[in-house]
Parts: sequence; C-alpha cells; structure tokens
Amino acid sequence: MTQKYKREPVKMVPAPSHGILPERDVLSRPVLETRNLGIDFGGLHAVEDFNLVIGKTEIAGLIGPNGAGKTTVFNLLTKVYQPTMGTILINGRDTAGMNTVQANKLGIARTFQNIRLFGNMSVEDNVRIGLHNQITYSTASGIFRLPAFWKGEHEQHERALDLLSIFDMQDLADHQAGSLPYGAQRRLEIVRALATNPSLLLLDEPAAGMNPHETEELMENIAKIRDKFKIAVMLIEHDMNLVMGICEGICVLNYGRVIAKGTPEEIQNNPIVIEAYLGKRKEG
Amino acid sequence: MIQFLSYLVNGISLGSVYAIIALGYSMVYGIAKMLNFAHGDVIMIGAFVCFSATQYLGVPALVGVLLSVAVCTVLGITIERLAYKPLRSATSLAVLITAIGMSWLLQNIALLIWGANPKSFKSVIDLGTLVLFGGQLRITSETIVTVLANIIIMIALTQFTSKTKMGKAMRAVSEDRGAAELMGINVNATISMTFAIGSGLAAIAGVLLCSAYPVLMPTTGAMPGIKAFTAAVFGGIGSIPGALVGGILLGVIEILGKAYVSTELGDALVFAVLIVVLLVKPTGLLGKKIHEKV
Amino acid sequence: MKTRKSKSFSANFITYAMVIIAFLLCELALSGAIPGFKMSRSLKGQLVPICVYIVMAVSLNLTVGISGELSLGHAGFMSVGAFSGILVSQWLLSAFPESNLELVRLLAALATGGVVAAIAGVLIGIPVLRLRGDYLAIVTLAFGEIIRNLLNCVYFSFEGASLNFSFLDPNLPGDIVVNGPMGAIGVKKLASFEAGFILVLFTLVVVLNLINSRSGRAIMAIRDNRIAAESVGINVTKYRMLAFVISAALAGMAGALYGLNYSTVQAAKFKFDTSILVLVFVVLGGIGNIRGSIIAATVLTILPEMLREFGNYRMLIYAIVLIVVMLVTNNPMLKSTLDSLKGKIFKKSVKEGDKA
Repeated sequence: MTQKYKREPVKMVPAPSHGILPERDVLSRPVLETRNLGIDFGGLHAVEDFNLVIGKTEIAGLIGPNGAGKTTVFNLLTKVYQPTMGTILINGRDTAGMNTVQANKLGIARTFQNIRLFGNMSVEDNVRIGLHNQITYSTASGIFRLPAFWKGEHEQHERALDLLSIFDMQDLADHQAGSLPYGAQRRLEIVRALATNPSLLLLDEPAAGMNPHETEELMENIAKIRDKFKIAVMLIEHDMNLVMGICEGICVLNYGRVIAKGTPEEIQNNPIVIEAYLGKRKEG
Repeated sequence: MIQFLSYLVNGISLGSVYAIIALGYSMVYGIAKMLNFAHGDVIMIGAFVCFSATQYLGVPALVGVLLSVAVCTVLGITIERLAYKPLRSATSLAVLITAIGMSWLLQNIALLIWGANPKSFKSVIDLGTLVLFGGQLRITSETIVTVLANIIIMIALTQFTSKTKMGKAMRAVSEDRGAAELMGINVNATISMTFAIGSGLAAIAGVLLCSAYPVLMPTTGAMPGIKAFTAAVFGGIGSIPGALVGGILLGVIEILGKAYVSTELGDALVFAVLIVVLLVKPTGLLGKKIHEKV
Repeated sequence: MKTRKSKSFSANFITYAMVIIAFLLCELALSGAIPGFKMSRSLKGQLVPICVYIVMAVSLNLTVGISGELSLGHAGFMSVGAFSGILVSQWLLSAFPESNLELVRLLAALATGGVVAAIAGVLIGIPVLRLRGDYLAIVTLAFGEIIRNLLNCVYFSFEGASLNFSFLDPNLPGDIVVNGPMGAIGVKKLASFEAGFILVLFTLVVVLNLINSRSGRAIMAIRDNRIAAESVGINVTKYRMLAFVISAALAGMAGALYGLNYSTVQAAKFKFDTSILVLVFVVLGGIGNIRGSIIAATVLTILPEMLREFGNYRMLIYAIVLIVVMLVTNNPMLKSTLDSLKGKIFKKSVKEGDKA
C-alpha cells in the first residue's frame, strides 16, 4: 500500500445524520454523544474528530483495521485517557475532568481486550465487586457486623447469582475466576460490567478466541442483555459475522478517524471501508 | 564560605561512597530484578577482610584492598548461586526476605569471627592532607581518592556496559530476560557477573568508607546500605548515572544537613528530601517512566 | 459443595479457636496446673511481646498481603503508638495520683496509641499511596526513619496535671517522662498477657471482618487489578488509605501495649530492623494469610529463646533457618507438587468437559 492517508474530507455514504441510526431508537436523548473527540499523544493524533451518537438501546459496532484507534476510543470514553480535544456526553452529562470511577458511576462500563478479571477471587466475588456501588453498606458495618452488613451481603449474593444466570454461570459461583476456561472468563467480565448498572456497555473484542458456536451464543446473549436491561451496547470486534449479525449501526475507524458510519449493509458495500481493510485495488 | 566548601567536599566524598554502593544495588536490581539487602553487609565484610589482612597478616594496604575485592567478589557470586538463583521464579517479596536473611547471616558470621567490639580501621590511603586557603580548608587524601575512585568506576562501568559484549548482555538481560535467553545469552553467567562486579565494588566502598570513618563493627554496613539504596531509588533505580547523582546528592544533603540544621535530624532531612523528590518525580531523578497498557 | 461464605467462616473459626486455645494453655501453664510443664521465666517475659508482634504482623499483612503495598516503615506507627500511649498513661498517673485507674489508663493508652497512629497513617498515606511498588516501599522506609529521628528529639514532662513539651531542648520543669534520645523513662508498667490476648482478638475481629466484607473485597480487587477495579467504579485512593490507616492504627495499639511493658522505651527499639522483622513474619506466614502471620510471629519471637543453648551461634542459626525455609517453600518443584495436591483435594477448577 503506497498511498499515504491524506487528510481530506472523507466521502461519506449518505446516512440520516451524524448519528449512527437514531431513528431506530424510540427514546429521546442519546446515551452517548461525542463531539470532535480526540487525543493527541505528543504530536500523534491517535484519535481525531470522533463524532458519534448512540441511541438509548442501540447495539453499535466499532470496527477498523488493527491500530485504528478503537481501544483508544474506549479508553477515552471511560476516561482512562483524558481527551485533549472534544466533548463526551453520557446521558447528556459532560464528562470533562472526570476520572474512570466517576465515568462508571455516570453509566458507562466496559470489558477489556486482554481480560482483566480478579483471578484469585471467586466468580461470585468478581460480580460482587461489580455491585460495589449498587448495593452498599459502610465499612464500620462490615467490621462490626451490624445488620446493614448481613442485609447487604445477602442482597449482593442474590443479585450476583441472578446476573450470572444470564450466561448460565450461577453454578460456577464458587470457582476461582482465574481457573475458568477462556470463553467463560470473557463472559464473566461482561457480567461484572453489567453489575455496575450501566446505561452503555462497551465490549472490547468479546468474541476473541471463541469458536463459531460460542460466538452464536454470545450474539444471542448480547441481544438478550439489551432487551432485558434496556441498555445500549457498543462493541469493538474483528469477527464480521458477529458485527454484521447483531449491530444495528456500525462506525468504521481508520488511522484514528471515522471513515464511515451506517447500517451493516451500507458498511459492507462502502468502497472506502473495503479499501481500508483490503488495500487499494491495483489498476491494470 | 570556606566552612561551607569544607562541608561540601566532605559531602561529595561521602556521597561518592554512597554512589559506589548504590551502583551495586542499581545494577543488581536492573539485571537480576531483585533488591539485594545483603549488599550493605558485603561492604562490611570487605572492610573487615582488609582490616584483618593489614592488621593480622601485616600485608601492605594495597594487597589488603585487592584481597578484600577478591573475597567479596567470590562471596557475592556464592550468595547469588546459593540463595538467589533457586528463587528466580519466586515472587520478588520472597527474594527480598531471603536477602534479609542473608544480611543477618553475614552480620552474625562477622560477629563470630571478629567479635562485637568496634575495631579501629587504619586508613589504606596514607598520602597526607591537602591544605588550602592558608590552613582553613583541609581536604584529606581519603576524600580525594574516594571521589577519584568514584569517577573512574563510573566511567569504566559506562564503557563496559556500552562497549563490551558482556556489558551489552547485561543490558539485554535487564530489558527482557526471556528474549535475551532466546538470543543465546548465558543469563546465569550474566547475572553472576553482575553480582561479582557489584560485590567487588562493595569491597572498595567498604575500604573507602572505613578509611574516612574508621569505626568498624559487624553492623557498620547496615546504615550506609540503606542510605545507598535510598540514593539508588532517588536517582532512579536501574540507572547507572542515577546511582551517581543520587549518591552524591544524598551525601551532600546529609553532611550539610548535619552541619547546618542539626546532627540528630541530619538523617531525617535526607529522607525528607527523598520523599519530596519522589513526589515530584515518582520514578526518581533519572528514572524511566513506566507506562501501563490498558 | 461448601459455599464460599461457609468456607471462610470455618477458616476464621479455626483461627480464633487456635488463638483462644493457645491462650488458655498458656494461662494454665502459668498457674502451674499442667503437670510437668512449668513455664520458664524467659518464656513468661515473652508473652506480651508475642501478642504485640502478632498484632504487628497481622496489621502489616493487611497492608502488604491484602492491599498489596510493600511497607517498610511499620515500626514507625508502632513507635508513635508507644510514645503517645505512654504519655497518656503517665499523664493520668500524674494528674490523678491517688485513684487506682489502672484499667482506665491501659484502655486510654491503647486507644490513644491507635488514634495517633491512625492520624500518622493518614498524613503519611496521602503522599505515599500515590507511588507504586518499590518507590512506595522506600518512602515508607524513609518515613519510618524520620519518625524515629524526630522521636529522639522530643522532651515531655509533667507537673501534676499539666504537660510540658519541647523540641530539642532538654531542660524541662517537673517530672521528665520522655527524655529525647533516652526515650520514655520511669514508665509504670501496665501491660499484661490478658490485655495482649484481648488486643489480639480485637485485631483479628477487625481484620478478618474487614476482609470478608464489601470494603475488603474492594481492597483486594485493587490489589489484583487496579485498572479493572477502577473500571467498575472503585475509588482506589480511598480504599488504599482505608487499609493503610487501619493497619497503622492496629500497629499503634500494639506499640502502646509494648511501651507499657517496660520501664524505659527508646525510639531506637523501633528501628528499620523491627519493620523488617515484622515483614519477615508476614512473608514467612504467607502473604495474605492471617493465620500464618500469627503462627510465624509466635514461632519466630520464641525461636531466639529456644536457641539459647546454642549460645553465640544463636542468631546465626536463626538466619540460616530463615534462608532455608524461604528456599524450601519457594522451590518451584515443591510448589507444583503442593498445587496439584491442593487441586485434587478441592477440585476448584472447571474441567474442560463441563463446558457445553
């Protein structure tokens, strides 16, 4: 590929607005809105001019070649990195100056590309930690075993098992998280993220390392999660069957910039997207 | 003003000793990825060997120093093979505790061999005192030799790590041990060499330290060991120039603090400065910033 | 299958039982009720120090094992607790010389030691907990040494109910109770084995309950994967501080008990060496293993006494034993044998066939 990426206005497939497809969403205010979001690592614009709107119960996809900046976008949304330009609005609230913890409390949760479970703790404890801010009691109650402790622990136990049952994992509650097979670990990470009661769930390559059967199950489960919890989901994925199969709107990233947005059909036929993944066709 | 210069010179000299010791800490930390708490006690052994050689065997000072370096080098390699190598795959905390045990072992061996009574160490440098400014500034030859030794060692070590094959092997092992091994580098030999150099330097440091501050006991190495470790971290652990900068600065701050603020609080001042620096530069003055990939 | 809750319950039960039974056995031995076993004088003198070091080890394990932060200045909190505890106890003695307030003085000393150490923990924690790994360790070491140096410079004296204080100036009116580098002098001993036992139990209740609670899980989550913990909304600074301060408070209480066990207490007793000694207890007993800390602290405190017959070789053997134990327990071959044994007994891992 000899042609260097030139910074000119990108030819966009006509899409209803700069949102993915907000008309699909029946509720009014979008769960996520970014305006000119970007980050500059000492001269390198890892992400630039990122504009996106995700509806309240949308399943959105973020795709692009390796190194396009997809995980960087997730890190920006969850405030692992602070943006150097632009705005992020979660449920209409500006997240400027917030850190990861505050962003999570505002309603955004994520899973990681390289699984980050609490390997030495049990499966149930991993979920309980996700419930940390949902079911609370004071430290003093914990140390002196006051009634609030017993109530809180019981509630956490019930809720954790309830959440684990989404993926039929409640029987694994006592197993050590690090000893689970890879696919189960990925599912556990999703459950843990869900436990934090988010409005938007970011999944970073949830199907990585899964076989086609597991991927099918994952697709069903994502849809089930969206329908049951009425939340929005955005996934980074390389598995195109999953992306095209479940995402209602897709945003394509290359070299840190959005090169296309639209429905799966539109994206699949978009020549710019094809060029980004496969390279420019040699003439002659 | 002259008084200040005098303190400054002493500070640089003490700092040079710390720098030589800190070098050993930094090298071992960078290459073997462990904190060798027994390092301070190797210094003490070095000083004792030289003391015994000159006092009881009557050999000239230079022979005493060479003997001391030889003994400590062998000691360092032995300690590494016996106690640290089996724990290469253990947690760093486990290795730390083993090093502490080794430190206690060395102190108690010294106690048994030489007894608890403080010995008076006869300086190995017998070249008189430099007198400047009409008698107001006295610079002892110990001071000058110490600073010179420090400079020579630093230059030699920098050349060694950048120019020689073994030196490059050391740098490779400190970056990525697994990759170095795959490239055919003998990691065991490299680590042994690191300990050998570090311990040899410790012997020199011990001799220089006791030449300037002639009281020698089994516990003599402990405090300088801690201070040198502090200096290594202060300058950025794993960095050779960092050990130099950290050591000298620490020595200067300690002497100036004891002189101008209070003798009791001199040590506290050194540690306070360390804390302030680390808060501003969390990986030390010349340390590298570690980025976590998310 | 045993649930997680009942498993930790039974594990803690064993720990409490072990401590209580050991205490009862010691009490029986002290009163001579066990035929053929008379507790030696030296062992009797070790009883309070054993309790003190158990509390030190358990509290340090909270910082090192549960919170995952290497602290090399734990003795600093102990010394702060010791001196403030002594001060309160002696002040009460000086202010109310007629009344017999021994229990009140002891409780006040322990409480004060804990509170003052907790405050020190907050002040030190704010800068320290911003750092990572070895740098955090060195700063805790630095603070420990600073505290020791500062304590060598303070002078306190009493005149009846009023307190005089000076920094670096040894000339104070009244009865000197803290004399600069000489430390605390003329301390009226108040510590007892019973008090030590109660303190150990209190420490266990606090630490074990903390671990098995929401805050404890948060602390351990931060230790295991800080980034993941942040991503689920856990305030890292808050929980690191919590562990650090509770650990400091407990060490302060241990220090207060220790201080009231001797008629003179010098800051030199709380050197870096003591911090390292407690760290050895913790690592030997197992990082994060509270029961292990209790056993290690007890055994290693008694060990020098038991090795008395070796005379001058005593500490040498102690050091060799330590090195050998570390080598043996961390031998990779031995470790994998132990792990596979554990796996067979507890069947914790999900086997491949269970997956659909």
